[in-house]
Amino acid sequence: MASSIRVRATSNGDTTEVQALIQHPMDSGFVKDAKGEIIPPHFIQQLTFEYDGKPVFVADWGGGVSKDPYVKFAFKGGKKGDDLKVSWVDNKGATDTTTAKIQ
Amino acid sequence: MNITTSEFSTTRRLVLKCAGVAALIGLGVIPFDVPQALAAANDKYPEEAFKQKNEADAIKALYGKTAEPSDKIKMDAPEIAENGAVVPISATTTLPDVTTISFLVSENPISLVASYKIPAGTVPSVANRIKMAKTSNVTVIVEAGGKLYSAKKEIKVTVGGCGG
Repeated sequence: MASSIRVRATSNGDTTEVQALIQHPMDSGFVKDAKGEIIPPHFIQQLTFEYDGKPVFVADWGGGVSKDPYVKFAFKGGKKGDDLKVSWVDNKGATDTTTAKIQ
Repeated sequence: MNITTSEFSTTRRLVLKCAGVAALIGLGVIPFDVPQALAAANDKYPEEAFKQKNEADAIKALYGKTAEPSDKIKMDAPEIAENGAVVPISATTTLPDVTTISFLVSENPISLVASYKIPAGTVPSVANRIKMAKTSNVTVIVEAGGKLYSAKKEIKVTVGGCGG
């Protein structure tokens, strides 16, 4: 199965800008479906970006983050061709991990 | 002889009792240390803060202190969001030593939307997309140098993101 995570990390020599798009329903637990039944909460709780074995960005999310979440940040350092590890875990314990090359 | 024995046993009982009380106090102290230990564990998911319904309780559960308004936080968000399910919001700050940036929507059923940890070396600027139930104030909290700073903006929502 294709990864749920799409990452683009670009270095300008000084800082690395990271954009990530994840496929996830991000159900808050407050929305009802067509039959009027509540859709149970199902959302990513923690999304971690690691570079060189250290976390460079950690997102703690609730059900208020939009479906198929998007996040953008930047960190100092990061060389072209180096790996950036991205992983998430949701409230049902599901996880996904991917590794992106910094461009 | 008998009297002395009973006296001895009373003292012994007292000693045991005291030891028991001391042990209880000892146990009682441990739960006080737990929240601190949890706060120290930096990568722990703040489950409690994401259960709080209103904004003040969420900030309290997340940080345990209150924020002061700051003009050094720049929030980039639309005045009017046509679709409450996807509201693009970004925040940037010029404050030094930023450790976390959090987003809260006061009118959402759960106020806290996202909290980002910013380790040293990461630029204190985040863009994300959030859901908004209705027109509401959006608050950005920045933790910098152990203090909390906030910025607020009202975003009008024409179609809510939490309705069926």
